[in-house]
Amino acid sequence: MSAFVGKYADELIKNAKYIATPGKGILAADESTGTIGKRLSSINVENIESNRQALRELLFTAPNALPYLSGVILFEETLYQKTVDGKPFVDVLLEANVLPGIKVDKGVVDLAGTNGETTTQGFDGLGARCAAFYKAGARFAKWRAVLKIGAIEPSELSIQQNAQGLARYAIICQENGLVPIVEPEILTDGSHDIKKCAYVSEMVLAAVYKALNEQHVLLEGTLLKPNMVTPGSDSPKVTPEVIAEYTVTTLRRTVPAAVPGIVFLSGGQSEEEATVNLNAMNKLEVLKPWTLSFSFGRALQASTLKTWGGKAENVAAAQATFLARCKANSEATLGKYGGDGAGGLASESLYVKGYKY
Amino acid sequence: MSCFKGKYADELIANATYIGTPGKGILAADESTGTIGKRLSSIGVENSESNRRALRELLFCTPGALQYCSGIILFEETLYQKTAAGKPFVEIMKENKVLPGIKVDKGTVELAGTNGETTTTGLDGLGQRCAQYYEAGARFAKWRAVLKISANEPSQLSINENAYGLARYAMICQENGLVPIVEPEILVDGPHDINKCADVTERVLAACYKALNDHHVLLEGTLLKPNMVTPGSDSKKVAPEVVAEYTVRALLRTMPAAVPAVVFLSGGQSEEEATVNLNAINKVQGKKPWSLTFSFGRALQQSTLKAWAGKEENVKKAQEVFLARCKANSEATLGKYQGGAAAEGATESLHIKDYKY
Repeated sequence: MSAFVGKYADELIKNAKYIATPGKGILAADESTGTIGKRLSSINVENIESNRQALRELLFTAPNALPYLSGVILFEETLYQKTVDGKPFVDVLLEANVLPGIKVDKGVVDLAGTNGETTTQGFDGLGARCAAFYKAGARFAKWRAVLKIGAIEPSELSIQQNAQGLARYAIICQENGLVPIVEPEILTDGSHDIKKCAYVSEMVLAAVYKALNEQHVLLEGTLLKPNMVTPGSDSPKVTPEVIAEYTVTTLRRTVPAAVPGIVFLSGGQSEEEATVNLNAMNKLEVLKPWTLSFSFGRALQASTLKTWGGKAENVAAAQATFLARCKANSEATLGKYGGDGAGGLASESLYVKGYKY
Repeated sequence: MSCFKGKYADELIANATYIGTPGKGILAADESTGTIGKRLSSIGVENSESNRRALRELLFCTPGALQYCSGIILFEETLYQKTAAGKPFVEIMKENKVLPGIKVDKGTVELAGTNGETTTTGLDGLGQRCAQYYEAGARFAKWRAVLKISANEPSQLSINENAYGLARYAMICQENGLVPIVEPEILVDGPHDINKCADVTERVLAACYKALNDHHVLLEGTLLKPNMVTPGSDSKKVAPEVVAEYTVRALLRTMPAAVPAVVFLSGGQSEEEATVNLNAINKVQGKKPWSLTFSFGRALQQSTLKAWAGKEENVKKAQEVFLARCKANSEATLGKYQGGAAAEGATESLHIKDYKY
């Protein structure tokens, strides 16, 4: 076979397909200790383990929220944490039919000789780490590659490095029972228009799927986590329908139908924007041979975080906010979002220039 | 967009989509003068222009046959020929909503330093030739790249050369209003099993689609003409359902949904085998985001040729045989072929080792 069919093949295919269930999506709660620190400090909460644990408990035990999620991506620390009552988070998730996922990359480093382009680290001992995470209950993984649009970016070097890196990570995951989420994020930063974003996205995705083929990755046991195709952050906005059309066209031109699901990242979009765009894509009347869903971090948690403010007495209200966002995005995967989650915090832009995780 | 959208973009998309109309397919009648000579000599007929013309008139004027054809591929000479009564073939096709196609490659040459691998020639002046063919009524083109399976084949050189040749040809066609049929034929010759064929087919198709992306080809305005995935000619046969499963899987793993249709070549398969396999392919359950139809040469004409034997008094009988094959393959594109269209010779293998067109 062109694809590696190891001992986990059937399980990988089954899990990838499950994550892509229409009506469900992924909560990206895998902020590293440093990144979650920035979030906590924005609501004046100290970055200590118990606060990090409290935030994740708030999310994972929010009443009625888990049915809208097929997976939650965790940071390593969280994979081994428990609720205040002593129940492992992994058990909380598995009991609710939510697959635990794990962030396995170790951040980006600059590519010397380029204009601030990067490659992603994390290969050393990755196989062993994946096996350990599988033992701890993880069933999928995530690795974030980052590219940018500039006058001469992304460079061929950046595209090749990141595509091959994603492919190498993907096959190592599959050897160890984890469905790899392939994430080639092209940052929105810049004054380019939507056509330029489409152009670059198509080039990058074509390179990614060529690399996955070369490294014998079993596409049926993977997921894609791409950016939506949008104008640059310094460029005038366009309607959700335009974003939907450009995004779906780009994906139809590059992502083989063997991939069961595409779970979009939200980038710097506000909660409402991300939901409305996802909804528009699912309403588009064109053949889409993969499900289109979400893997949102900020776009699922931002207003929940603000509502919580670190205070126990706010937990119920924060959980209600979180539930509303989950439900809205679930509806968006079915093209049925009515826009009732709009307003207030949900419409605040979450864009941070040159965002570093 | 990553792809080039010139003045013919809408027309290319409409024509490519039309060729993939369920129930229709392509008659490959583009045998060069040399090749048709071999066919004619096999039935004791002289290779003269009037005999070549008579054969094509027999086919194109078969009552009721053209409704099953969305396109016919022609050799250059035929594009300018007429019926005995003086009506241009191209006009007959137009009246019957059949798109005329044109073979534009100039055959293969060996790649020095390889074990008999080849590349395809014909790029010089191709743009001008395409423009002329468009003027003469052609609306799609065909270019055959050839690869083989063996201990060390296909080599990376052969894959790259042929993929890039196809991409360059495709782009030039689109600049001049012709829908390019992309044909990376992997010969069936050899003792390899179906897994090996699948492995090679997936690698070759992945390389083709990367090359098409690199060259900015508009995928929505192209067609793919691949081999089905089968065991080698010196290997044990498998059931049509197995051929179907492996073939569809290879396409799902490599061919983007933007491509509207796949028009399979028949290779050395007998008429009946090719039809039965195409039928099984259309019965495969699961995702098939493109039409799956035929572009058959020998597998549509073989018994017709024998029935004709070059004799005027046999024309009607020969046309009935041809009609039966067209109808059978039309049903196969709908997964509705019941068998029984086999005329004398329909189950004869048409495999010739190391076949040279």
